[in-house]
Amino acid sequence: MRWLLLKDLQILRRSPLILALLVAYPVVIGILIGFALSGDEGKPKVAFLTEVADRDAFDLGTGEGEFGAAEARAELCKRVECVDVGSREEAEQKVRDGEVIGALILPPELLDQLRSLTSLNPEQPEVDVLVNEDDPVKAQLVDDRIQALVTEANLILSQRISQQAAGYIDLLIEGGTFSLPLVEEFDILGLAAAGEILAGVIDDLPRGETRAELERVLRFAGLAQDNLDFALPLLGAVAEPIAVSKVVVSGATASLDAYAIAVAATVTLMFVTVLLVAGSLALEREENAFTRITRGSVGPSGLLLEKLALGVVASVAVTLAMLLALTPFVSIAWERLPLILGAILAGGAAFAAFGAAIGSAAREVRASSLLAFMVSLPVAFLSLVPSGTVSAGVFQALEVFRALFPFHPSLDAMQAGLDSSASGIGLPLLHLAAIVLAYGLLARLALRRFAG
Amino acid sequence: MQGSAEGAVSQSAIEVRDLSHSFDGRRALREVSFEARSGELLAVIGPNGAGKTTLLSILAGIRKPDSGSISIPGEVGWVPQQAALYRRLTVDENLRLFARLEAVGDVDGAVERMLEQTGLADRRDDQISTLSGGNQQRVNIAIGLLSAPAVLLLDEPSSGLDPRQRERLWEFVLGLAGGGTTVIYTTHHLVEAERYGNRLLVLADGERLFDGTSAELHAAVSEQGSRDFEAAFVAFLRERGH
Repeated sequence: MRWLLLKDLQILRRSPLILALLVAYPVVIGILIGFALSGDEGKPKVAFLTEVADRDAFDLGTGEGEFGAAEARAELCKRVECVDVGSREEAEQKVRDGEVIGALILPPELLDQLRSLTSLNPEQPEVDVLVNEDDPVKAQLVDDRIQALVTEANLILSQRISQQAAGYIDLLIEGGTFSLPLVEEFDILGLAAAGEILAGVIDDLPRGETRAELERVLRFAGLAQDNLDFALPLLGAVAEPIAVSKVVVSGATASLDAYAIAVAATVTLMFVTVLLVAGSLALEREENAFTRITRGSVGPSGLLLEKLALGVVASVAVTLAMLLALTPFVSIAWERLPLILGAILAGGAAFAAFGAAIGSAAREVRASSLLAFMVSLPVAFLSLVPSGTVSAGVFQALEVFRALFPFHPSLDAMQAGLDSSASGIGLPLLHLAAIVLAYGLLARLALRRFAG
Repeated sequence: MQGSAEGAVSQSAIEVRDLSHSFDGRRALREVSFEARSGELLAVIGPNGAGKTTLLSILAGIRKPDSGSISIPGEVGWVPQQAALYRRLTVDENLRLFARLEAVGDVDGAVERMLEQTGLADRRDDQISTLSGGNQQRVNIAIGLLSAPAVLLLDEPSSGLDPRQRERLWEFVLGLAGGGTTVIYTTHHLVEAERYGNRLLVLADGERLFDGTSAELHAAVSEQGSRDFEAAFVAFLRERGH
């Protein structure tokens, strides 16, 4: 069998186009993914323009300082990569040219509108957003990002306004000094102090109608004081009505980078191994060598095992090359090499068995390549559909479907190999072993009609 | 004309008795029996679908017969109709690979012997894809001879070759028979059957219709008049309902 393996490697060495593809493909994939992952930490670019006067700022009176254009920019740039622009026209041009996914413009009246929120005549503050929706996927992304930003800004404002309102209630209960624009500071007596004064006066009054009326006022003051105390936690609840308590019930929280690398490695593994093994097996028939080989000391099962070995050898070489190409861009947990190798070996064997089944069914190199592409691509796409994006019934059907192919368990194994926070590698390896057996058996059966 | 290996014919190298085989309910071979001696050239001829390739496949061990027996004391070499070679490997690498796969004891010796026998020693490092059809067929046959078989089975060996290449091929095959190798070959070129075969085995619809020399086949035709071998063969089949 080793002579057949050496023969296949010799043929591969003498097929410069295939060899170049096998070497270049993983390296190119690795570099592309590396650039994508390391480019700008994944933050989308948003043009930022403020038309608010430089020194204008808004103080909500919470003691946390003023809120102006600089603070708004700082908050925004924590979440997106800000691209400062000087005019609306420039912002529009950058959005139109696709340099940024959108533009956020703070109009000159924004701070006045914010200030009005604490006045008797509040105006709803507005910001301007420019987006380019020529691509529906991108449009959805931009909408989601901007909606998230606005929601977060509203939450901050709501919290500050609630704090302000709580201060007013406290002042109403306890008393103190209060100031309004254009009005001098004045003292607020407060319900507590008013109650104490009333209680002192009532004690000196004779029993009668006047005293009874004042006692009613005193009871109201006490009642108001007690119940306004309850308003304070209520205001806190209104400021953030729903707090998120996340519990992961399925799947470990894996690193996004590790997931992207695992997807890239599995896609590379799939294409290289399936195409190579399917083509190599079909080539035995096209070269008329199958009958001659299997008539000798190597039977059909031996030939099949040799093709699986070829697939595994190619898998290890190509996937490690891709991971090495990625190393300058992203951090790869090389200390987990044994697990990574385990994932590559098992995934490679499963894809090789799958490729052997395709090659022995198609029986011709071109047909097997076409079939390998036609089957592998949809399998990969369907294996990447996340739960919750389709109905429960469809997702269950998808789970059954992807359990039949090597892509999904290979991805799970690769993720477990690359990322310590991902789920364990044991189950995916068992799954892959079952797939190797199943497709190996199918390929062996298909080889019975190979000589004809 | 008989092959030049006539003098080397001696004891029985292969004996086949009542060989039968069916495909999908169709009988491809019907109780075929024959034998061939060492150094004999046996031409298997017949119309398309007669069972020629099936017979060779069974003799080569690629297919199993439904019934009947085959007795071959020594090794059997098999050469398929289309060259079963790796075009991206060199002549030397192909010979070496198949020698290893056939578990030949002395791989180097066998390869050198075949390179000398085929006259391709000077092209040993050339990839098969660069060789002419005739030379590819020589390598194809050489692989069948790697295990030094007592019986060599050739399925349509001259198919696709030009007259000059055919002539050189038959010189090579006659040389093998002269060395004591029994050669059983199928062909559609009746001239090759008449010229090189010591004996002819005629099959039609899986049935053995004739086993003898070309002169005997001429004599077996009852229609009167002079005719060449091809006309005699067609008349022979017609008289027997084929």
